[in-house]
Amino acid sequence: MEIIMIVLAAILFATGVYNLLQKQLLRIIIGTALISHGAHLFILTMGKLKRGAPPVEAHGVSDYADPLPQALILTSIVISFGVTSFLLVLAYRAYKLNNTDNMEKLRGSE
Amino acid sequence: MNNLAILPIILPLLASVIVAFIPGKLNMVRKISQTLSILFLIIVGYITWEVFSNGVIVLQGGGWKAPYGISFVADYLSIILVLTTYVIAAAAVFYAPHSLSNQQEKFYFYTFFFLLISGVSGAFLTGDLFNLFVFFEVLLMASYGLIILGNGKVQLRESLKYVLINLFSSMLFVTTVAFVYSIVGTVNMAHIAERVEAVPAEQQGIITAIGVLLFFVFAVKAAIFPLYYWLPNSYVVPNPVVSALFGALLTKVGIYSIFRIYTLIFVHDTSFTHDQLFIWLAMFTMLFGVIGALSTNNVKLIITYNIIPAIGFILMGIGLYSEDGLTGSIYYLMHDMVVKAALFFLVGALVVAAGTKDLSKMSGVIQRFPLLGWLFFLGTLVLTGIPPFSGFIGKLLLLRGALSEGYFLLTLVALVSSLLILLSMIRIFIRGFWGEKMEGMTSDNRKVHALTIPAIFLLSVSIFLGVGAELVLPYIETISGYLLDRTEYISSVLKG
Repeated sequence: MEIIMIVLAAILFATGVYNLLQKQLLRIIIGTALISHGAHLFILTMGKLKRGAPPVEAHGVSDYADPLPQALILTSIVISFGVTSFLLVLAYRAYKLNNTDNMEKLRGSE
Repeated sequence: MNNLAILPIILPLLASVIVAFIPGKLNMVRKISQTLSILFLIIVGYITWEVFSNGVIVLQGGGWKAPYGISFVADYLSIILVLTTYVIAAAAVFYAPHSLSNQQEKFYFYTFFFLLISGVSGAFLTGDLFNLFVFFEVLLMASYGLIILGNGKVQLRESLKYVLINLFSSMLFVTTVAFVYSIVGTVNMAHIAERVEAVPAEQQGIITAIGVLLFFVFAVKAAIFPLYYWLPNSYVVPNPVVSALFGALLTKVGIYSIFRIYTLIFVHDTSFTHDQLFIWLAMFTMLFGVIGALSTNNVKLIITYNIIPAIGFILMGIGLYSEDGLTGSIYYLMHDMVVKAALFFLVGALVVAAGTKDLSKMSGVIQRFPLLGWLFFLGTLVLTGIPPFSGFIGKLLLLRGALSEGYFLLTLVALVSSLLILLSMIRIFIRGFWGEKMEGMTSDNRKVHALTIPAIFLLSVSIFLGVGAELVLPYIETISGYLLDRTEYISSVLKG
């Protein structure tokens, strides 16, 4: 199970980086979203996957899944959600003002 | 008393919420922000005094004991940087009304400003690696809000790149935290440090790899060679007050994290990380940054490029990892935060005074604005480290540390780049302030004078750091001794 998840995370990273290196702005944003998904899956895998065990440590529960990676992922998902939505608005405004969404044309100093 | 450790995070957060409710009443917002900033500065000053007289303050979030909950650690290093942050914040809040347009202020400048302060203090104070990521995001979110304030064409274009590079490095940060968690099974920094020691010698390689990956993440934020390429353009586009906050605080949070991680956790392989990697990168960072500063005629860009060699100097001290090196590094870090903010304020005033950013179109500004001119000259001296100002003490200690460990090339590069920093700054003074009185200078003398007052405050702090070195230095030496002996941090967090 861990192997599958790691391969999946690797694919997400790879496609994310590929998209990040494109010229079109929207593709770049999709790339960042894919990379963040990859990172989240990766955290989950690093905490060791387990089925059928509650993520709590209480009396009478001897076999429990590690709750920490889940807490970390939730935080990270919320953050990347917020940043991505901000980035989309920012990209739209930048596109409107500069009349292009091509990164090649969005360079220059001043 | 433990709750003191979280006050520098909570207070500005509260202030940001308060000012968010009344964006329209600008006068009131300004008054509230100014009063609160001074009040916060006093409170943080008290906390600093408390830490230095009674020892490290540790707060275990929610009463959960150390490795399970989130710890906030107000130790000597972090609290002194928080204090410096609040000094800069107090100056910036008085600079902002004269530098920003009313429209920009109404678009929640003060809210983002306080959020930024909250995030920066949080990053300094947290004792948890994942929480560090969260506070990075808090301060980055605030900085995104600040960098696009004004909504200019170029501004949006450059802030897009700024957001993208930071988003990418944040995702790498999360991945690295996952690596750390898989190896040592904890994200509490003191606990990581304790467990890394227990990792068997043949597996130390993976720890070093993770350390370098984390260094990469922080190097992007701190603008270390070769990852500084995003910095100049994105720091130069926003308003001077925003640039001052970015230049003084954001890159310094990155270098602080390197400080923390590489004095607490990754100290098992110093012959590779500290002696090789850091020393070489410090050299390149100094040289390339200062070459950038010499390459342009845009006055604001010159100051922006000067952020980079300063990071090189601080990294050099971490690389030396000795009493002298760390003391010099911390001294230089504090000095640089204050003086960079002051210089950005002054250059903002200069641009208003001359009506242009282009140095080749500027001349004779000192004839109309003598105070601004001489302050700028003073700032140049302080930045370059002419004795008896604060830059000198830091550089002296760093160079002494480098020489005593036999890094002659490093010493040479540091000295040459100091000289080039002086050259790049004095160019502004000679070409902008001297010479024929130029046409098109502003008639708004009051505005320029209002813009210089916060800079006077910061420069006097900076001069105090230099002239009063005998008063300050014992405290900094306490910090470096404390950093070299990791047991105090670990025991105060885990057993406190």
